Amino acid sequence: MSPIDFFVDLFNPDLAFLVKALAVAVMSSVVCGVVGTYVVLRGMAFIGDAVAHAVFPGLAVAFVVSGNLVLGGMIAGVLTAVLVAVFSQNRRIKEDSIIGIFFVAAFALGIVVISQAPGYAGSLQQFLFGSITGIPDSDLYVVGGTAALVLLAVLLLNKEFVTVSLDRESARAMGLRVFWLDLVLYVLVTLAVVISVQTIGNILVLALLITPAATARLLTDRLGIMMLAAPIIGGLSALVGLYLSWSWDLPTGGTIVLVLTGVFLIAWLASPRQGVLARLVAKRRIHPVEPTPARPAAVLPASAAAEPTPVPPAVVLPASAVAEPVPVPPAVVLPVSAAAEPISPESVLQEARP
Amino acid sequence: MTAALEIRNVAVDLGGRRVLHGIDLSVACGELVAVVGPNGAGKTTLLRAVLGLQPVGIGRVLVEGRPAKPGRPAIGYVPQRHEFAWDFPISVANAVATGLSGQLGLFRRPSAASWEAVADALDRVRLTDLAGRPVGQLSGGQRQRVLVARALAPRPSVLLLDEPFTGLDMPTQELLAELFADLAHEGRAVLMTTHDLLGAIDGADRLALLNRTIIAADTPAHLVGDPAAWAATFGVGEDSALLRMVAAAAA
Repeated sequence: MSPIDFFVDLFNPDLAFLVKALAVAVMSSVVCGVVGTYVVLRGMAFIGDAVAHAVFPGLAVAFVVSGNLVLGGMIAGVLTAVLVAVFSQNRRIKEDSIIGIFFVAAFALGIVVISQAPGYAGSLQQFLFGSITGIPDSDLYVVGGTAALVLLAVLLLNKEFVTVSLDRESARAMGLRVFWLDLVLYVLVTLAVVISVQTIGNILVLALLITPAATARLLTDRLGIMMLAAPIIGGLSALVGLYLSWSWDLPTGGTIVLVLTGVFLIAWLASPRQGVLARLVAKRRIHPVEPTPARPAAVLPASAAAEPTPVPPAVVLPASAVAEPVPVPPAVVLPVSAAAEPISPESVLQEARP
Repeated sequence: MTAALEIRNVAVDLGGRRVLHGIDLSVACGELVAVVGPNGAGKTTLLRAVLGLQPVGIGRVLVEGRPAKPGRPAIGYVPQRHEFAWDFPISVANAVATGLSGQLGLFRRPSAASWEAVADALDRVRLTDLAGRPVGQLSGGQRQRVLVARALAPRPSVLLLDEPFTGLDMPTQELLAELFADLAHEGRAVLMTTHDLLGAIDGADRLALLNRTIIAADTPAHLVGDPAAWAATFGVGEDSALLRMVAAAAA
């Protein structure tokens, strides 16, 4: 199926669920990308995983009593986040153990609860691996509203989150409420997870939180750019993933995650500075081992295309390195993504000025 | 000279154990005081008490005459270098600006005046040229100066430095020591913990020998003539290299 057919399908009233799924997938990817930036930078991946699993009993209860799934997941996730934050105050047991205890307990509770519903195996699979059908209109509003709320909170509290992430003790000395800020961040992670669970699934949602932000980290040394790039990578991957899953009849959550992983691997190879290819090129520039003056660029043709600016071997000025667009090779990318890509250079330049 | 920082008869308990007792120490504006002592002597606990992060059992800590409590802009805190997440993608200027987060308050973004304060702080530690550089690319000495600039951004009158020389080579240590002395002599009260005894003897206006309590506090010139106090503080015998070094510094 060509992208155009997919586009046509999106406007087919009989396939209205597809547009809703796309909207929810893209919105949740964008929110997860932004929140995931903190998760990746603070090494909170395990907390993200915990919260993702912890929303499960809430979904199960909501499902059994036919309540709103998003709301149910939110309550359970936030409750677990609060429990973890409170129990972590006890210094004898480390936070990761507390998380390990509560998230498995929450997941177990979810399984027990959902087993009470008739024909639960099918719904269990839907929860765990996601589904694009059956998203009610009301969820669209809940997801949209939650997404706006999370992004607003990040915008308002970014200064505090950065200060705490850099150095907790100094943040405390400055009078910041580190405990409450941590709690708010956990809650934001929970909200991002909950709105994503439906399309991506409980197990795979972690990828939405971690992979785009980690990919963005490979591409930049600026928090502002990372926070822009992560949601763009996430959103585009959701779009591409949904398209691929629709045209080849693949599971949506899994396809989106695989697209994200592909983009991450490409960034890992071709990132302007941290990338493996860039390092090889730089090494070759420092030690020109073989005398190949005739075809210096022929060594790594792919990297040369993805990377117009030659990367200086040693210390690089910030502006030069970030000026590159996200290096997604043209082969895998749809026309849509190419259009959305070029936002980086301008924002980069603004960002580079102190 | 007025005492910007006064520690009066302070005792601190940690986990039911008294780790500091009978601490009396004041630091005047324009003075650099170095606290030296062995590991576990309570140096960091003392700094935390001054910051108001560590409740004191008895006694009082006064900063500009008022009880210590977190969030007082009067105190600038420079933690040990490893406390800071150097892999965070942030520029030097933005990292320094986070020093103003407490003062600005929730939801408020840095104003023009804030950026002026950041520029002044960077200028003061001579990092202006590196303002746009990601912090991860800096050397140890530059990183230490970033932390100092961050502490200076709210224009504090008291500066606390926690082992600022650890892991740095001698030339870098000397440059920093000079900076700290200048910061003090411009009118700030500077309290520094350090394991660099020679640097402390050489650069500080006063030394406090700490081991659970202040064993002795005086000018370096006086203290180097008192090997018994050093021996008691560090728990070393008469033939210790430490005492020979102190004696050599006296000469």
